[in-house]
Amino acid sequence: MSDWYRQARWDREGRLEPLVFELGGPGHIGYSLPKPPEHTNLPKHLLRTELRLPELSEVEVVRHYTRLSQMNYCVDLGTYPLGSCTMKYNPKLCEELASLETATCIHPYQAEGTVQGALELMYKLERCLAEIAGVARVCLHPSAGAHGEFVSMLITRAYHEFNGEQDERTQVIVPDSAHGTNPASAAMAGYEVLIVPSDARGRVDLRALEAAVSERTAAMMLTNPNTLGLFEDRVVDIVELVHDVGGLLFYDGANLNGILGKSRAGDMGFDIVHFNLHKTFATPHGGGGPGAGPVGVTQELEKFLPVPVVEYDEKRGEYYLDYDRPNSVGKVRAFYGNFGVLVKAYAYILMMGARGLEEAAEAAVLNANYVMRKLSGTRGYELKFDATGPCKHEVVFSAEPLKRETGIGAREVAKRLLDYGMHAPTYYFPPIVSEALMIEPTESESRDEIDRLINALKAIAVEASTDPEKLRAAPTVTAIGRLDEVKASREPILSWRMYRKHRA
Amino acid sequence: MQKLGLIVNPIAGIGGRVGLKGSDGKEVIKKAMALGAKPVSPQRAVEAPRELVPLKEKILLVTYPREMGEDEAKKAGFAPKVIGEITSGQTTAEDTKRAAREMRDLGVDLILLAGGDGTARDVYDAIGVDIPVLGVPSGVKMHSAVFAINPWAAARIAMEFLWEELPLKETEVMDLDEEAYRRGRLSAKLYGYLLTPYEPSLIQGVKFASSTTEVERDEQAAIAKHVVEEMKPNIVYILGPGTTTRAVAEELGIRNSTLLGVDLLVDRKLVAGDVNEQQILQAIEGKPATILVSPIGKQGFIFGRGNQQLSPEVIRRVGKDNILVLATPQKLALTPVLKVDTGDAKLDDELRGYIRAITGYRQTRVVKVV
Repeated sequence: MSDWYRQARWDREGRLEPLVFELGGPGHIGYSLPKPPEHTNLPKHLLRTELRLPELSEVEVVRHYTRLSQMNYCVDLGTYPLGSCTMKYNPKLCEELASLETATCIHPYQAEGTVQGALELMYKLERCLAEIAGVARVCLHPSAGAHGEFVSMLITRAYHEFNGEQDERTQVIVPDSAHGTNPASAAMAGYEVLIVPSDARGRVDLRALEAAVSERTAAMMLTNPNTLGLFEDRVVDIVELVHDVGGLLFYDGANLNGILGKSRAGDMGFDIVHFNLHKTFATPHGGGGPGAGPVGVTQELEKFLPVPVVEYDEKRGEYYLDYDRPNSVGKVRAFYGNFGVLVKAYAYILMMGARGLEEAAEAAVLNANYVMRKLSGTRGYELKFDATGPCKHEVVFSAEPLKRETGIGAREVAKRLLDYGMHAPTYYFPPIVSEALMIEPTESESRDEIDRLINALKAIAVEASTDPEKLRAAPTVTAIGRLDEVKASREPILSWRMYRKHRA
Repeated sequence: MQKLGLIVNPIAGIGGRVGLKGSDGKEVIKKAMALGAKPVSPQRAVEAPRELVPLKEKILLVTYPREMGEDEAKKAGFAPKVIGEITSGQTTAEDTKRAAREMRDLGVDLILLAGGDGTARDVYDAIGVDIPVLGVPSGVKMHSAVFAINPWAAARIAMEFLWEELPLKETEVMDLDEEAYRRGRLSAKLYGYLLTPYEPSLIQGVKFASSTTEVERDEQAAIAKHVVEEMKPNIVYILGPGTTTRAVAEELGIRNSTLLGVDLLVDRKLVAGDVNEQQILQAIEGKPATILVSPIGKQGFIFGRGNQQLSPEVIRRVGKDNILVLATPQKLALTPVLKVDTGDAKLDDELRGYIRAITGYRQTRVVKVV
């Protein structure tokens, strides 16, 4: 079964596809540049006579990037069960709409009267997201999920400052099953982070939370369903505990795929919520590129939202940008958000409709539970927490028994899965599960594909006993085998300049 | 070819099954023998090398004669290189120490040590942190953190260390007063540190693949930075033993703090080092005080293990609200609940429940105390 996949590997004399700087040569022309003006106002010391840019023909460029793409893996190629990341299919229609000239050829400095369509789209997307999360208003500006969390913490600060309590309220409570960026976002906003443990069922330990809340609590950040894929069924009690001491509730809505149309952050009592459009709303994951992490708030917090806010003037029949908001936290990024991403998300929401979004959540949850049931009882894998009830959009197995019996851990399982032509699940996260394998099939996968994934994971558990060396060596059919991950993260070479320096 | 040392303390564990709570001292051993006790250590010790037999072509097993390792190694299926001399049937702590020193001088990569806390102390006395040591648990008391959970785990950790490079970590060697223990009282001192391969499956995460010692030092430094920032004038800070609390002293530029004892700090200065209970009580008489403690050893005790100077009276005077627990996330992952054993049952009860442990710079965690 594992021999149906072999990744392309472009290498010449043992060297992988060269960098674009090493390709081409003088005179290979891709396109012609306009003649520079005779006189510029630039100061002399900024002018360069030599650029040292690579020179490549069009066909060289196209082949280079096509080869790189063949040595990569993506949702368009196959199963991508990377837990907590929601690698669902990105519909091509949304891409097409975002490529229209009316979306790509407008400029944020254009007069409002000339970009009414763009403003209308943002206004309506905001209304849709507010309805989905059960909040009053939404800000579309943050360019990533963690950015959205950070803006939420800024709004929390603004709220306590408005109430004259900024000096007392210094702590933000985060469960140990939270998204990894939560503590960082709170710390960046100047808060102390107070972590509360999970109980034996994988939910927030309420007695620990009781010990944690105080008049110093600024907010609690909660992910629900949490990173174990489990719904916090005591969420109403949690919200009450925090509200009772005067703290705000932030809902990490990075991933709404398990609850779309079923429950809403606002209805659960949360004050602030953020969204990751690149997860729930099927826009592509940027991998550091353009994302979108909108933030929604209750009516009480509306006045603190970043500027500008898109408003509609009924008299003039026009959309406009409102900067006149004295309590606003100010600007959190240039302009109004990553517009192209917003277009794709809006297209997705309209395409799916209310019922369609609900169905997406149902299918995503069904798929995750199918994996949970089918894989349960496989020797080597076990569920650490609540193994009885259903999970939501993802399931976390522990490969601890496998590690104990064969010495093969979650990392080896994940690496070996690549040889089967599938992306690895998230491993070693969440940290509260040892040897964690976090699987999120999403609604995009067919039953056949999911069965293939389950069979591969079962086969690997057997291989761990019969052929452990194979797992230690995996992956072997990919363009690049196992990396020195520590070296890669400690001494990254991120640019041509760094590479040249490194080589010298 | 990797060089693996094997030292077996043949009498470790002899007192366990017959209820003598340890095997320290000739009298106890005689008594145990008279009670019909059989050595536990050799049987447990043989399991670790047996697990390594498939790799025997790649391992040079260096060991001491007869019951100190040779017998076990051969029984497991190895052809060991035997060094040193002993008087069979009459081995002593000196033999263990000599074996450790000779193996260090031979350049072994790792010593597997079958025994208990006492054996670990002997090796610490002999070689300190010169080379890595891993305990195969086969004594009565194994409060030291140098021991693997069982002989098979020890074999696996050894394997990973020798071929896949596990990070090294300073782990605690504990000294439990056996006399007191036999009378039903636990009183453990922190004796020293050994260098032990650290198994990341307990703590997982890629960052740990580099160097746990380094990561944990950074975490300790972050905790220390936070603690020092929050320090207030005129308060007596009672600094318990261990490497985490030592980092606080280091952050203050104090180089001569007591690793294995209790120090007193006032206004960011060391005012008394390695103090006993009476000295603490005198120092805090009529003054506000704060205790800084870190869980010691494997079991997560914050009081009653290695820091008995922090007596029930000291703790009561300082007050529960003025206890700051310092623990790196790694330490808490090993001991997710904390324990207290002050010797005063009522105080232990008061200390139970949930407390806050400082785990990083401006980062705290609610932890259960049982």
